[in-house]
Amino acid sequence: MEFLNQLSLFLQSTVQMGTPILLGTLGGILNEKVGHTNLGVEGMMLMGACMGFMAGVNTGNPVLAILIAGLAGALCSLIYAVITVTFMGNHTVTGLVLTIFGTGLSSFLGQDLTQANLPSSVIDPLSAITVPGLSKIPVLGNMLFVQSIYVYISIALAILLAVYMKHTKPGLCMRMIGENPGAADASGINITAYKYAHICAGGFLCGMGGAYLSLVYVPRWQEQMTAGMGWIAVALVIFATWDPMKAIFGAYLFGAMRALGLKIQNFSFPLFGKEITVAAQFLDMIPYIMTIVVLIVITLRKKKEYQAPAALGSPYFREDR
Amino acid sequence: MLKIQKKQGLTPKQEALLRIGTVVLALICAGIIMGCLGYNPFKMYVQLVKGALGSKYNITATVAKCIPLLIMALGVSIVFRMKFWNIGAEGQFYMGAFGATWVWLTLPDSVPGIVMIPLMLLTSFVCGGLWALVPAILKHKLDTSETLVTLMMNYIAVKWITYLQYGPWKDPAERNMPKIFKFTDNATLPKVFGVHIGWIIALVLVVVIYILMKYSKFGFEISVLGENPQTARYAGMNVTKIMIIAVLLSGGICGMAGMIQATGNEGRLANDISAGLGFTAIIAAWLAKLSAPTILLVSFLFAILLQGGSFLQVSMQIPASVSEVIQGIILFFVLASEFFANYKIVYQKKEVR
Repeated sequence: MEFLNQLSLFLQSTVQMGTPILLGTLGGILNEKVGHTNLGVEGMMLMGACMGFMAGVNTGNPVLAILIAGLAGALCSLIYAVITVTFMGNHTVTGLVLTIFGTGLSSFLGQDLTQANLPSSVIDPLSAITVPGLSKIPVLGNMLFVQSIYVYISIALAILLAVYMKHTKPGLCMRMIGENPGAADASGINITAYKYAHICAGGFLCGMGGAYLSLVYVPRWQEQMTAGMGWIAVALVIFATWDPMKAIFGAYLFGAMRALGLKIQNFSFPLFGKEITVAAQFLDMIPYIMTIVVLIVITLRKKKEYQAPAALGSPYFREDR
Repeated sequence: MLKIQKKQGLTPKQEALLRIGTVVLALICAGIIMGCLGYNPFKMYVQLVKGALGSKYNITATVAKCIPLLIMALGVSIVFRMKFWNIGAEGQFYMGAFGATWVWLTLPDSVPGIVMIPLMLLTSFVCGGLWALVPAILKHKLDTSETLVTLMMNYIAVKWITYLQYGPWKDPAERNMPKIFKFTDNATLPKVFGVHIGWIIALVLVVVIYILMKYSKFGFEISVLGENPQTARYAGMNVTKIMIIAVLLSGGICGMAGMIQATGNEGRLANDISAGLGFTAIIAAWLAKLSAPTILLVSFLFAILLQGGSFLQVSMQIPASVSEVIQGIILFFVLASEFFANYKIVYQKKEVR
């Protein structure tokens, strides 16, 4: 019984760890689907975490805090969009710079916030809701029915994004831009508007992802509190083969790895009569190694729906068509 | 109606004007932002330059910051020429530093520095090179994206160092903090003119890579491979061999930077000694258009910004992260300014039908 309790709590923290990663991944998918690799996810998440926390402390309004976090991320990605879409700058370098900029600016703006605490008017509405009855389900109860509303919002957003991409006309246009911008342009789609809108929406999601950490998970502001989650999100976009539904599972899987790394310092198991000990750092490596393996697998399989958008990373200049 | 057109490249004079104009504009913009946040931007810039170049001590610190940055930027510039986007300088840096530390821990302490240091340098080169070879092989055999593989391998390398730091290589004498053993004198880079000899290695590398890229057959082959792999194949070049050598060289040089940073600047290996310089190096190499002498200049400017930024913390109580903000703003401007080097906006009175 004790083991089942432990497992139940572990699964609960898996989802909590996975939520910021999920939101970052959804943001990354939106960027990549219009043909832009955005390596600035980490920077946008940090800006979201910082600004969301600042808004939470100063206004005491959780909705406003989340909105401002998203807007901070969206503003960062607007810079990225201006440079890569309008000025046709290099995606990789611009993304890296965005991460450096976001990391620096968030530490800078957040210097006075490290001692601050959120008022209870922000913390209470965002703390875990226990769904009566259902939360008592063994093992899965805690994971599915004792979570912050933020978690449910993130799942809803993922489903919404999947429906948008597969079943709506703008979603189809967006995918077309990522695959063949020339053809999309010829069919009358306003490429620039689409790119701007999706890149900024992606930034909004990344900002929200960061704010989950500072508003719900920790809930305080610490410098560089995302600790590489943005980079995992960049990798997860590929891991999930650009599919928001798979991103949910991918994010929780990676969340589980992180939760495991935090929970267990050293991991021992018997093998052929010997006690084998694995240090926690090796568990931390797993997400990255798995991403490489997934990269290899998707390139080997060459199945069409698992491939990156064809025009990913190349700037679109109308007269080059 | 405004219309965007491609244009021929700029003359050197125009190019210089564009670059300087961009940086000035960026500094003005950063100044306005700092002004709005309640700091005096003029005083800030003066203090920044003073902090980087104001005294002999400060210049020494700036040069020391520049060395690993410069070496890594040189390293990545080699493979960037063949459009192999190695953003794994950080990982190669750590594996190089790991290799060097391993040699020092394995050999007896009685080995003199004159033997020890070259051995460490060599091992760091090999380790960094091999670490870079993994994504290269994956790219070559399976066409896997090298950008993402190198990125992931950065984290694997950092975790590996963290493991060593908290586990097998932890110095028992350091009770409170998990730290790796401090290098003994025979494994510490000697100083010339107040800075460890890493600066001589870096300058030699600038010259060697400049000559290699500009005047050697190998440099020419890399450029052709970058422009068009088909052409390279038709011309009878051994594409695999060129790629492997270039990647080994690139990763190896980044690995050497790790050894130099650990033994010259830090005194011990740790999981945070790169301080993100691997990413800054990529940006520096790209900004310098992969030309070795320009990389020297750009890296030094970055070092001024970094060192000056950390000085601001002391002199004006501005957090050191301000240098990242200014760096970001300058780079955003420079990235956007590329557009004006390649395109022009023309005004057409009537739409031509």
